Amino acid sequence: MDGADVRRAIRRIAHEIVEHNRGTADLVVVGIHTRGVPLAVRLAEALAEAEGPVPVGELDITLYRDDLDRRPTHRVGTTRMPGSINDRVVVLVDDVLFTGRTVRAALDALADLGRPRRVQLAVLVDRGHRELPVRADYVGKNLPTAARERVSVKLVEIDGEDAVLIGDPS
Amino acid sequence: MADILLTGGLVATPQGMVSGDVRLAGEVVAEVGPGLAREGAEVVDCAGCWVGPGLVDPHVHLREPGQEWKEDVESGSQAAAAGGFTAVVVMPNTDPPIDAGHLARFVADRGRQVGLVDVIPAGCVTAGRSGQRLAHLDELWAAGVRLFTDDGDSVADAGLLRRAMEYLSDLGGVVAQHAEDRGLAGSGHLHEGEISALLGLVGIPAEAEEVVVARDLAVTRLTGARYHVQHVSTAGTVELVRAAKAQGLAVTAEAAPHHLAFDHREVLATDPAFKMYPPLRPPEDVAAVGAALADGTIDMVGTDHAPHAAHEKDVPFEDAPRGVIGLETAVGAVLGAVSLDPAAFFARLALAPARLAGLEHHGRLIAEGTPATISVIDPGREWVADRFRSRSANSPWRGRALTGRARHVLLRGRFTLRDEEVRW
Amino acid sequence: MRHLLDIADLSRAQLEGILDDADGFVEVLGRPIPKVPALRGKTVTTAFFEPSTRTRLSFERAAKALSADTMTFAPGTSSLSKGESLKDTVLTLQAMGTDLMIIRHQAVGAARRVSEWLSVPVVNGGDGAHQHPTQALLDTLTVRRRFGHIEGLRVAIVGDIRHSRVARSDSQAFSTLGAHVTLVAPRTLLPVTTRDWPVEVSASLDKVLPDVDVVYLLRVQTERGGASVFPSLPEYVSRFGMTRERRARLKAGAVVMHPGPMNRGVEIADEVADDPDALVLEQVSMGVAVRMAVLFRLLGGEIDG
Repeated sequence: MDGADVRRAIRRIAHEIVEHNRGTADLVVVGIHTRGVPLAVRLAEALAEAEGPVPVGELDITLYRDDLDRRPTHRVGTTRMPGSINDRVVVLVDDVLFTGRTVRAALDALADLGRPRRVQLAVLVDRGHRELPVRADYVGKNLPTAARERVSVKLVEIDGEDAVLIGDPS
Repeated sequence: MADILLTGGLVATPQGMVSGDVRLAGEVVAEVGPGLAREGAEVVDCAGCWVGPGLVDPHVHLREPGQEWKEDVESGSQAAAAGGFTAVVVMPNTDPPIDAGHLARFVADRGRQVGLVDVIPAGCVTAGRSGQRLAHLDELWAAGVRLFTDDGDSVADAGLLRRAMEYLSDLGGVVAQHAEDRGLAGSGHLHEGEISALLGLVGIPAEAEEVVVARDLAVTRLTGARYHVQHVSTAGTVELVRAAKAQGLAVTAEAAPHHLAFDHREVLATDPAFKMYPPLRPPEDVAAVGAALADGTIDMVGTDHAPHAAHEKDVPFEDAPRGVIGLETAVGAVLGAVSLDPAAFFARLALAPARLAGLEHHGRLIAEGTPATISVIDPGREWVADRFRSRSANSPWRGRALTGRARHVLLRGRFTLRDEEVRW
Repeated sequence: MRHLLDIADLSRAQLEGILDDADGFVEVLGRPIPKVPALRGKTVTTAFFEPSTRTRLSFERAAKALSADTMTFAPGTSSLSKGESLKDTVLTLQAMGTDLMIIRHQAVGAARRVSEWLSVPVVNGGDGAHQHPTQALLDTLTVRRRFGHIEGLRVAIVGDIRHSRVARSDSQAFSTLGAHVTLVAPRTLLPVTTRDWPVEVSASLDKVLPDVDVVYLLRVQTERGGASVFPSLPEYVSRFGMTRERRARLKAGAVVMHPGPMNRGVEIADEVADDPDALVLEQVSMGVAVRMAVLFRLLGGEIDG
């Protein structure tokens, strides 16, 4: 995917969200650290253009990971919700859906922050190889890959460009 | 028994260092010279080594009687032989302390029983080491004691010190002082300075040692007696000794290898393997003590070998007892810290301590007729101090590399150490 | 970083990293459910050989907020203490199942010794007069959150510096993070030398007062150090006490801090202690967050950079 593809995918997802939820009432878009956050902001902008303004939150799942023992620790990032999420419809946003463990951690974190009426998942890329029963409601692009391949998403806000790259593990 | 021929070494003779062989017949040296005949002799290769009088340690704690879990005469003798020593002067702060003749005889007899080194008991200056009244000095003298010390404590009362010195000067003995002013030392655990300030630990200023030495030297001048400063650790003490010698006082001094090799920055890690009295001092003091040993102001090396069991030292720094072992690492530590030529090496580690303790059999430069009590030192031998024959392993060199080690030791013609192995 | 024993072991980047993590944990503690599952299944043992309630409770609170289990050892309440050596005690606690040990002990270097005996991470909760790293971390976090930065701030640490582990840890942490630190004490309460410490020294609180941003008051300690080192309490108060009058002379925005527990009327006046602007209680809540950050770091992996 290149920059134009990314932008198109976000716009399409925004329309799907509006259609699926019959509007944007009670919606909250929550980006999962790290790259889910700028994607969530862009998605909220697209939603505002399409229908109306939607609040944005950010979620850091470092404290909910199940693999702390086996990886070098990341910094503890910021978690900030725009007000209460009780009884709202939360659309979680992430760049890549892979094993599903990140989403599981995000669901646990959300449960500690409140009780949403409903949680939906929007991802830019679904690369398969689920290890948990998790599925995305909105997908930018399905990208079948080998498990050992690396999929990296680059975003202007963090990496200076928009792109989705597949490569062999270095 | 065949003669023993020590070949190819650098031999310490009255004429200076001589490259050559030494032939031992029975308990004496038969001949010294280059290229001696080999027939009928057991040839022992000493190439690359220094061959000299057996080393003597004037300051050793063997903990027997009373504290044998730390060390005893047998394990300590093994450590001494392994370190290259043929005689050790044993400190009297045992339990009971050596303040009576029969106790001194006990220690000497134990040494003879083990038979690896000559164990020379020192005696207390005061009864029970209490600092109150004199011990039975005449009894101790009759039992063979020539060096008197309350080591572990100072003789604090100058009047008592004076009387001891006057009494002993008739006989020819020497008072050796562990210089520690209790008021200044207080409850200190390490040198008072940058490191103690950083650690938040009470320290011991250099003056705790120096005020005692200064006072003692005044009493020495008053009495004209012999006086020996144990474990010199500060530049100030060095200057006091230098001045006293310049005035013609009969003063000798010793330094311990750990005060030559380590400074107080080692204590930052609060490892009790670096805790002893006097404490490790700043680099300036270490340099001054090393220079003084090199130029002879400090006459000799004394290890202050002070064994403590592992469970006693495996505690936080301030809870640990003071003292480190040193017999087995002395040669390597001294050679690594101070530049000494072979003649100076034997002067500091054999001749001077033998003279201090009045030992006629030891400290004799090698010549025809002198005792076959000899240390063969390999000054280039690289080794790691990872095993000890001492019962305790509380050594600051543990696990560290050293250069210099005794290869063979003979006591009256018999090997006590051969190829670095202790022999019975 | 395997253990947390000594502030002097940490670089500026490492200190700032811990404070950054702690900000995240402040947010967690503000949630309706102030708990995360990060250390679920881990057991954190507090071994406090010196009496302490506040620090021990703070660590326990921090461990529980991370969903860890806690085990508490205090001599006098346990038969383990009867004549048993420190080494045997901590090895026994480890054998019972410990993933991390926090130790407070009256002997300098006790925590470092323990870290050499155990195979789990060790946190120094205070060793004699030497170090109290988590106190320094919570104090610097508190100041950073109040002022937005530490670089360039003027910090005065006042009181019995000589016998204070808080003074040693805090002066190192604040100066590593770029603050100007001044130690204020009479000569008898200063370390024998501060020659190579990155601090200034003054015997006059009044001289230092108008310029400082933070006045950090140390407890007058009667349980450590034994012999009396100043003539009387009233004399101490008049020279070094943070009285109401002195509080009024601080510049605008300056804050008063204290590690607790306070001797009201001695190092700090009653009114000053109850001042809404005093950061004392703030320090306590920051303490839980910072200890969460430390536990998370040590049990979750290496600190990078």
